[in-house]
Amino acid sequence: MSQLEFVQGNIACGKGAIAAGCTFFGGYPITPSTEVAEYMAAALPKIEGGCFIQMEDEIAGIACAIGAAWTGARSMTATSGPGFSLMMENIGYAFMTETPCVIVNVQRGGPSTGQPTMAAQGDMMQARYGSHGDYSIIALCPATVQECFELTVKAFNLSDQFRCPVFVMTDEIIGHMRERILIPDSVEIIRPKPAKPTDLPFGTDESDIPGFLPFGSGQRIHVTGLTHDERGYPDSSSYQRHEMLIKRLVHKIESRRHEIADYEIVNPDAKIIFICYGVPARTVQQLAAQDKAIGYLRLRIVWPFPEEVLKQFKNVTTFIVPEMNLGMISREIERHTAIPVVSVGKIGGDLHTAQELQEVANAYKTAGGQR
Amino acid sequence: MKAQVKEDWFRKDRLPHIFCVGCGNGTIINCVVDAVFHLDLDIDKTVFLSGIGCSSRAPGYMASDSLHTTHGRALAFATGVKLGRPEFDVIVYTGDGDLAAIGGNHFIHACRRNIDMTVVCMNNQIYGMTGGQGSPCTPIGKLSTTTPYGAQETPFDLCELAVGAGANYVARWTSYHVKELRNAVITGIETPGLSFIEVLCQCPTSFGNKNKIGEGVEHASYLRKNAMLLQKARRMEEEGKKIPPETFIVGEYVKRSRPVMGGKT
Ligand SMILES: Cc1ncc(C[n+]2csc(CCOP(=O)(O)OP(=O)(O)O)c2C)c(N)n1
Repeated sequence: MSQLEFVQGNIACGKGAIAAGCTFFGGYPITPSTEVAEYMAAALPKIEGGCFIQMEDEIAGIACAIGAAWTGARSMTATSGPGFSLMMENIGYAFMTETPCVIVNVQRGGPSTGQPTMAAQGDMMQARYGSHGDYSIIALCPATVQECFELTVKAFNLSDQFRCPVFVMTDEIIGHMRERILIPDSVEIIRPKPAKPTDLPFGTDESDIPGFLPFGSGQRIHVTGLTHDERGYPDSSSYQRHEMLIKRLVHKIESRRHEIADYEIVNPDAKIIFICYGVPARTVQQLAAQDKAIGYLRLRIVWPFPEEVLKQFKNVTTFIVPEMNLGMISREIERHTAIPVVSVGKIGGDLHTAQELQEVANAYKTAGGQR
Repeated sequence: MKAQVKEDWFRKDRLPHIFCVGCGNGTIINCVVDAVFHLDLDIDKTVFLSGIGCSSRAPGYMASDSLHTTHGRALAFATGVKLGRPEFDVIVYTGDGDLAAIGGNHFIHACRRNIDMTVVCMNNQIYGMTGGQGSPCTPIGKLSTTTPYGAQETPFDLCELAVGAGANYVARWTSYHVKELRNAVITGIETPGLSFIEVLCQCPTSFGNKNKIGEGVEHASYLRKNAMLLQKARRMEEEGKKIPPETFIVGEYVKRSRPVMGGKT
């Protein structure tokens, strides 16, 4: 029976994970993400094969989540800014080894210890580029508590489908806000494409995504973060090998960015188009309801960035991008369009008010797209 | 699947290995393989893990599933593997830098949790892979590329550390003591909880030559000559006698049954 509940975004992430069949959580407490761990600590021991472990730090949290993923478990960790920074090396490892795993980042004000109890969207670039080397990941941005549930489920599916780490990028506001949510009886579950024990562990067909066999399946796989061949064996001195591997790993995600894309468009014919994701989208929605001269694009998946969508706005003279940072995704948008992009960054933890955004919109309505 | 012959435990298409002439790592890997073959472990239910370093290349030569992870983090990854599949035998190869420097925190916590796995540390008292820098196990006075005037810091006693942190089985041998080492790995795998086996080993390339100990054979005989059984060392301590410098105390430090995490049920 589906049921209605009144919960925080962090709890909704935990419930989404359980609904998706997550059986392993490894992590380290940090405000404002801790409730995700606390929820999993209570829920997982009640599940057959379920395991929760509080590790000694976030490096270990993601490490054990990756280890568990190789035993076939749907596995995850959750953290906030400082912990996210600590995870970066092993996030690169998960990408390189094509390990499915989900990382929830409840963003808070940074850098450093910053504002532990205040919201931000300052980790959007770190999510995409924070580990070293060339890579690509998938990042989802819920704007409601319901979406915390739904996008966590989706994160597990995308992670299995694409065999890469997937981020659920929430923030302190959505993480701690309570809303009514509908929890369905069951959710769609997409597991990794299975391999045959005789397949080369990292060999692929035209999909660029290798089939997955967890440890114990008889494939006897060697998994390494070194540049490797289709057998998984290190081969780090050939530039062709490195180029082939990394291009495949990036390509398997980037070439499908329009298929992965998940967004909402309202009033696409408007001249003023807001582009938003996560919690600032709520203010934009409020504004669009009262001012018919503006439209918006709300991204539920920010990475990989679906730049083709920008072409749907035929009359646009200005893109306005409100973010809880000093302009991150606005720069990504800028590099894909000739239309002027106005960044409305706000940091410190407060949301933009509808009034503030209205004033920016009004300024550009008359300026006709002049910067 | 069970191994018919010992060689079944090796990933033959990965050979030859990367170790230098005279390196002690091969001997240690051989002892571990002797132990798993003797115990008749199921190759498909055994996972070898490691961090980064020369010693950490060992899992790549094992025929089972293996996870070559990031520098220092093998025990954290291994925790996930073992808790994900408690029925697996989990064995970690590591180096003194990997385990005790960058991985020190994971080491003490894995011992404290007493996770059911076996950890074999190839302690060459140096960072081999990166060309011979000092490690937390480089003895005072010894030369390395980052201690050109002799190491100044007091090194770790890894076995005492593991005992203090709570591991159920702790032993130290050298790459010269192959029988004792093989038996220690057998006992380690058989003992529920975390088993820690430290193996002093020669690194002629980066340690032996620089410190005028010599090539592989001389370095191995240096380990043998300077080894002292734990019982003898304890007796000397009781009698107030000084243990000579450069002594490697070998033997079984502890075998006990503290509560275990991730044990086979
Ligand atoms: C985060 C990180 N820091 C540094 C390194 C470089 N590095 C690779 S191996 C190594 C030391 C290896 O020494 P040890 O663990 O004693 O193993 P050995 O090579 O001697 O067997 C270092 C510092 C790295 N790979 N990753």
